[in-house]
Amino acid sequence: MKDIHLVTMTVNGTEREMAVESRKTLADALREDLRLTGTHVGCEHGICGACTVLVDGEPVRACLLFAVQVDGRSVRTVEDLAQDGELSDLQQEFSRCHALQCGFCTPGFLMLAEGYLASDPDPSESEVREVLSANLCRCTGYEGLVEAVCATALRRRQTP
Amino acid sequence: MKPPPFEFHRAHSALEASRLLAELGENAKLIAGGQSLVPMMNFRLAHPAALVDINALSDLDYIRREGDVLAVGALTRHRTVETSRDAAVHDGFGVLPRAARWIGHRPIRTRGTVGGSLAHADGAAEWCMLARLFDAQIRLLSTRGERLASIDTWFQGFLGNDAEPDEVVTEVRFRRPRAFGALSEFAQRAGDFAAAAAAVAFDLEQGRVTRLGLVLGGVSTEPLLVEEAAELADGESPSDSLFRRVAEVAVAAADTDTYRRHLISTLVQRALREALAAEETSRG
Amino acid sequence: MLRGEGTFVDDIHRDALHVAFVRSPVASGWVREIDTAEAAAMPGVVGVFTGADLGHPTLTAVLDRPEFVPTAMPMLAADKVRFAGEPVAAVLAESRYAAEDAAEAVWIEIEELPAVVDIEDNARVEVPVHDVAEDGVLLDLQMFLDPDLETTMSQAALVLDEQFSFGRVAASPMEARACLVEWAPRDEQIVVHISTQIPHQVRSGIAQALRLPERCVRVVVPDVGGGFGVKTVLGREEVVVAALAHKLRRAVRWTEDRQEHLMAAFHGHEQRFHVRAAFDSTGSMLALDADIRVNVGAYSAYPFSLGVEPLMAASEMPGVYKVGKYSARGRGYASNKAPTAPYRGVSRPQIVFVMERLMDKAAAALGLDRIDIRLRNTIADTDFPYTGPNFVTYEPGSYVEALQRCVTEVERAGWATRKQDATDGLLRGIGIINFSERTAFGTSVMGMRKMPMTPGFEVAHVRMDPTGHVTLTSGTLGHGQGHETSFAQVVADRLGLTPDQVKLRQGDTDLAAFGWGTWGSRSLVVGGGAAARAADELAGKLRAIAGEIFGVEPHRIVLADGLASVDDKPEANVEIAALAAFAHFQSHQVNVNDSQLLEGRGSFDPPGMFSNAAHAAFVEVDPGTGGVRVTDYIVVEDCGVVVNPLIVDGQVRGGVAQGIAAALYEEISFSPEGQPLSVNFMDYLVPTACEIPKVQIHHLQTPTDLSVLGAKGMGEGGTIGAPVAVATAVNDALAGHGQDFDRIPILPEHIVERLGAARIAGPAEAKEAR
Repeated sequence: MKDIHLVTMTVNGTEREMAVESRKTLADALREDLRLTGTHVGCEHGICGACTVLVDGEPVRACLLFAVQVDGRSVRTVEDLAQDGELSDLQQEFSRCHALQCGFCTPGFLMLAEGYLASDPDPSESEVREVLSANLCRCTGYEGLVEAVCATALRRRQTP
Repeated sequence: MKPPPFEFHRAHSALEASRLLAELGENAKLIAGGQSLVPMMNFRLAHPAALVDINALSDLDYIRREGDVLAVGALTRHRTVETSRDAAVHDGFGVLPRAARWIGHRPIRTRGTVGGSLAHADGAAEWCMLARLFDAQIRLLSTRGERLASIDTWFQGFLGNDAEPDEVVTEVRFRRPRAFGALSEFAQRAGDFAAAAAAVAFDLEQGRVTRLGLVLGGVSTEPLLVEEAAELADGESPSDSLFRRVAEVAVAAADTDTYRRHLISTLVQRALREALAAEETSRG
Repeated sequence: MLRGEGTFVDDIHRDALHVAFVRSPVASGWVREIDTAEAAAMPGVVGVFTGADLGHPTLTAVLDRPEFVPTAMPMLAADKVRFAGEPVAAVLAESRYAAEDAAEAVWIEIEELPAVVDIEDNARVEVPVHDVAEDGVLLDLQMFLDPDLETTMSQAALVLDEQFSFGRVAASPMEARACLVEWAPRDEQIVVHISTQIPHQVRSGIAQALRLPERCVRVVVPDVGGGFGVKTVLGREEVVVAALAHKLRRAVRWTEDRQEHLMAAFHGHEQRFHVRAAFDSTGSMLALDADIRVNVGAYSAYPFSLGVEPLMAASEMPGVYKVGKYSARGRGYASNKAPTAPYRGVSRPQIVFVMERLMDKAAAALGLDRIDIRLRNTIADTDFPYTGPNFVTYEPGSYVEALQRCVTEVERAGWATRKQDATDGLLRGIGIINFSERTAFGTSVMGMRKMPMTPGFEVAHVRMDPTGHVTLTSGTLGHGQGHETSFAQVVADRLGLTPDQVKLRQGDTDLAAFGWGTWGSRSLVVGGGAAARAADELAGKLRAIAGEIFGVEPHRIVLADGLASVDDKPEANVEIAALAAFAHFQSHQVNVNDSQLLEGRGSFDPPGMFSNAAHAAFVEVDPGTGGVRVTDYIVVEDCGVVVNPLIVDGQVRGGVAQGIAAALYEEISFSPEGQPLSVNFMDYLVPTACEIPKVQIHHLQTPTDLSVLGAKGMGEGGTIGAPVAVATAVNDALAGHGQDFDRIPILPEHIVERLGAARIAGPAEAKEAR
């Protein structure tokens, strides 16, 4: 018998209800049940960070969390960054700094950076590198990613 | 890499968690942060029949000073310790927030818990080493009541611990505060499990080392307390030559390969130097 | 992409069944029994299939030459398993979760055999990996043999006799392999959505394995999350999924997980070289003899075959140098490891490593400067076109200038001063290296390999719709290289349009007639070249129609800024959009466009051309831990005309990161029994932002007339130069302490071991030791 649970969570500002098997990871629930496929699955053991989403504002690995554990919590995914069709400042800087090539790791890096900048608005470049070392990218050599996050931080400090 | 099926339960108190564990039998496990357990499930190296989620036990999320004891609730996240800034709380335990930064990456630290780390009982884990260093007691709760387990007998083989299947870790009690402390480790890649690690704590009395504790990680299934180090250093002035002699004792105690012995030698000396240099609200 | 709206294979929503593979737990053995009964009865399971259930489909990659031993790769192993992780059965279930549950319940009984892990093990085992090759040698080609080489060696002032070896690595793109195959009854097709670099070859392979006409297989490639070579071959899992979808007339999907990828997808670069090199007393190279042995794994990957690495190494080894007499033998050895596929750089990281290390060793032995000895042997500007003893003709490049510029940039960056800093006990070193890479291989060069499927050319098609917008199709397959941007730019420039008016469509075998995909630094040169020619043909038609309107010869029509205008009478103009509408809707008024539509077709098949680059790395070594950090990196590169600098720089940076990874971090290691030990991201160390430095890039531009655009390929160069640049820097940092490293990866324990007796405890410890 499958162990099914009714779970309610706020996803990108909207309350969503779903029946999930207890073993279903948050990443799979977002992708399969809610069809929010922007969250990618890259390693399923918590190293690559492609599945990073914000739970109650904090960046977490969605592959190491069961959807049932997120009952009653608030989740934010990459689909929520652009508002009214316009790219967020962070997304704009990713584009300007050539911070992506194949784009598979991009949503994870965006959510990691989004969560990070919210709590640390004035990071040094080496702090940015250290935080970004939580996720893996195979295409860019990271330079554009570091640049984009630093540039976004600067922009946010200049336009309060 | 999908986890095997399990029954999911949520506990609202530690007592309820213990009761559930007792009911569900030996194949039930607690899940807190899940940062060690879930990867093992995804690799199908762990097949728990049931998980009891204790994330709702927010009353176990605290860092509290009780005289000479620093009591850390089991559900306290690594990140909470890392960012806690209350000197009065950490007086004599300043190494804890400084060492927390070594644990994985930011998203791991926001989920993983101190109690979960002790329960996972990985000998190379930072909290396990620090618990050994500060002669910690682990508070366990079950339907039969409460008890304090000693860190000396906590580690039972590879990833094994001294708790009964239905006992819940509710608190880790760090003891024997000391003015100087540091944890030094080396991993080839940022944020990875350490190849080896060394943690030290000591006091200075009239400029001389006393009450030195030295714990090694990554050389055994459990954190290795190098007891000879305390004796050797007692009453000596802190100096590079003393630190080198302490390192030699550590290397002698570590039953491991040539490379790790070299690493231990380096890390012990670096930890001692870092401890001495660290800004502490001194007690000694 | 940035919005989370990219569509990778696993993002495509379908009511599909999921496959989990049952894989061999051992490296080598006879399969005695496969019991699927328990698994088949589990909840959610639709069926469990073995090779027998599918009619034993196989794929065989062949080279048409007597030195090659063909071996068939079964899509599911039946009698024998040849590597740990080899697929033996496929479980089909309603979810991946249920499929994995059942896969655990399939019982396989295997009589284990001693495994060939190292290529030397071939001589020791009683049961060979393949019966047809008792000694394990699947390819043995003495590609070059100079009869006077031994005489030259015997008379030379210096003969180096050296061994080099390279660890096995995995491409490991962030998106592993994935496919979703569905049945389209109306079109009598299986539609294969797949993450690949070679859509048309996937079509050929699946059609061959399932014995279908190619029109019955449509390959559609959505966004691809990185390839780096591992997606230039067809995986057996992908064929099995297609076979199941075809058999059951159901949508079936498989998404490779990371453990499967590192264990059982394709690996690369496990090579060893025995090299002899002769020099005169002034440092001129007189002769080079290379014995190249490659551990190619258990099977030959389709379509490139196991010849990829040994043949590339033997034919391209001399690189930027005049080596004198040249002999080279390339061999491929079977082993009980996962098969190998092209991985970014294909043997060039290894041969450049060997050549650059030889230069340093000769310089040391002869007391010469490391840069001087390189310059002495480098093909100079006055030598071009230069034909080497490997019968390769090199068109002009900036081999000397690149190296000199790199040296200048290193001086400018003050590395020499920083290297002297000993206050913190770290050891510092500098590595400067120089190399070329052949890019954009065409059929004339690939034909020498004698593959029954010889890749190389590209065809492009452009068509303009009545609104003046252009659709371009290409058989190349961009996946992060920015083809949408650069191809559009190439076509738009020729039609007087803006790039946003040109849309590249790729990756659909029903849309693009044929092509050879994206690999080997070929796409912009070959695919872009074909696109340029197609655009030229279309431009000719536009000029003809506009010429008719204005009563002038077509060549007098200028296409620019969205207008077709007469060259000396700009006021005589028509909007290109209006011209497009006119050609379609008023074709009865057009006399000059017999073919009616506004379209153009172009093809291109260059012989291949050489990009070149010099790299410099600065490293810090911590003797206390053996840790190495690459702190600075400089690249001076020449890929001819740079079409889009941002894209070129991105390719260089990513390539350098992968090269640093191969030098210091990544290796698929094995137990003596042949179990792969680094099959997750905790053990296979893909570097993070903390391990990869900023890369300073300088461009030189030596255009080539071998390509339509004057551009040369450049997708792999970073990966090629970085391993030896880093290793050289490490050797420089540790100079005076023991034997130089001639194997990568160089790991912390190797550093500590090498420092051995001369051990210094660590940065601050060192101060005290002095």
